[in-house]
Amino acid sequence: MKLFSWRCIRMWQRNKDVFFRLWHSEAPGAVAEPIILLLAMGLGLGAYVGLVDGQRYIEFIAPGVIASYAMFSASFECTYGTFFRMEYQRTFDSIIATPLNVEDVIAGEIFWGATRSMLTGTVILAIAAAFQLVHSPWAAMIPLVCFLQGVMFASIAVFYTSLVPAIYTFNYYFTLFITPMFFFSGVFFPLTSFPQIVQTLSWIVPLTPVVHLTRSLVSGDVHIGLLWAFGLILLFTAAFFSLSLVTMRRRLVV
Amino acid sequence: MGIIETKELTKRFKHVLAVDRVNLEIEEGECFGLLGPNGAGKTSLVRMITAVSPPTEGEVWVQGSSLEHCAREAKAMMGVIPQLDNLDPDLTVWQNLMTFARYFNVPKKMARQRCSDLLALLKLEDKRNSAIRELSGGMRRRLLIARGLINNPRIVILDEPTIGLDPQARHLVWQKLTELEAQGVTRILCTHNMDEAATLCDRVAIMYEGRVLDLDSPAALVASHVGSEVWEIQMNPEDRDTVLAGLESRRLDFEDAGTHVYVFHLDSGQALGGLIGDGQRVKQRPATLEDVFFRLTGRSLIE
Repeated sequence: MKLFSWRCIRMWQRNKDVFFRLWHSEAPGAVAEPIILLLAMGLGLGAYVGLVDGQRYIEFIAPGVIASYAMFSASFECTYGTFFRMEYQRTFDSIIATPLNVEDVIAGEIFWGATRSMLTGTVILAIAAAFQLVHSPWAAMIPLVCFLQGVMFASIAVFYTSLVPAIYTFNYYFTLFITPMFFFSGVFFPLTSFPQIVQTLSWIVPLTPVVHLTRSLVSGDVHIGLLWAFGLILLFTAAFFSLSLVTMRRRLVV
Repeated sequence: MGIIETKELTKRFKHVLAVDRVNLEIEEGECFGLLGPNGAGKTSLVRMITAVSPPTEGEVWVQGSSLEHCAREAKAMMGVIPQLDNLDPDLTVWQNLMTFARYFNVPKKMARQRCSDLLALLKLEDKRNSAIRELSGGMRRRLLIARGLINNPRIVILDEPTIGLDPQARHLVWQKLTELEAQGVTRILCTHNMDEAATLCDRVAIMYEGRVLDLDSPAALVASHVGSEVWEIQMNPEDRDTVLAGLESRRLDFEDAGTHVYVFHLDSGQALGGLIGDGQRVKQRPATLEDVFFRLTGRSLIE
């Protein structure tokens, strides 16, 4: 495996420039949807839901909505976005003829995906705070957690992208991986409401520790046990980050 | 010692031997042409020289260092102008150049200066803020050339730089390439345009099926393979055998191309006396690189 260098910042800057040039075509949608979801589910469905500890339902789901939409941002960016740049626009081909190598390009893609996660997460956090759904100064850590989970989900997405033959193959990624996680990682219901087998499965998918961590930071319930969630995220990140560098080199350098 | 050297350079894909033990020594400051039909291995060879594709066997040396160990340094002094348009469609003309300058770590102020100069040089000043999709084919190619020069490269690699261009645009591109010569820039030009190779290149390597068949200046290639003049005889089908037998018995150097026969290395038409009957048209014309190309690589279509 070859490592990436500081030059990955150049790829990141390229993506950032494109995003801020065309942000109006993408960004409002990425933020409007979670807000609508938060209000519709939180206030609408929330009127019928009584949580054991008397917490309002909208408060319960807010951290999960932050975490899962941060996940969506990195996932879209590094599946469809990366594939588009790689296959249709041939952008990577032109860049690897400069002093950047494949690993720099891929690391830049992943860090940019993570940045998108952080931007999305931060905006939703700010709106949740405006609705007085955030009760702890620990919540200031959430943008960092969003960045970290962004690196994780971007790495998984790039890894998948390095293997797909065609853009249609991303349907599987979203219907079989991302969407189930969205429902079974404790965003909308406490994990304990599921049968044991689902609970066990939930703990080995990468969104669960993120939701757990984000929820604790929002409520201020910060304890040493969270290191578990943190460790799991680091583990997934390290594994898929290095995998994606290897498989992308295999795909791009022929 | 050349600025670029290849030693037994080989590229093998699953079932294809794209480049087969090529040894080249490209001199600093020259314009080196790679001439060959589609699939001859030109692009594969160039991709290895520009460090984007690892050789299956063999080595590339750039300025005395092995490419395996100094790919970044080598890429930093090369400008690659690809055959396929891979301009960044998400960025404007200006942003394309500035972004590329950043990949090469050109300081911002200097980058702005160079981008302005290059837009002026390639007559694209008016298109500065245009989107890529608004550019014509000729403009895109000029922008690709401007992009390839953004790092003030010592070596410029051009893959079919004028394919699909109208004569005016082609002329402009040729002119710019000639200007690079004055700056001592080494140029490697892949092409199957004979005029282009003959006009621009100091030396030409003729490639076929992954191998270099011959390598020399265009004039020397023409002189050694076909001589200064070519005689084209258009034959009637019924006279065909007689003509061919006659050429054979006179030990002339000729090539049978079906309806035509080409006679090479012939100083005057006297040697053909008596062979040419009525209804057969003979044309005498100066020999070109194209004749060399056909002689070495054949006339049939390669798929």
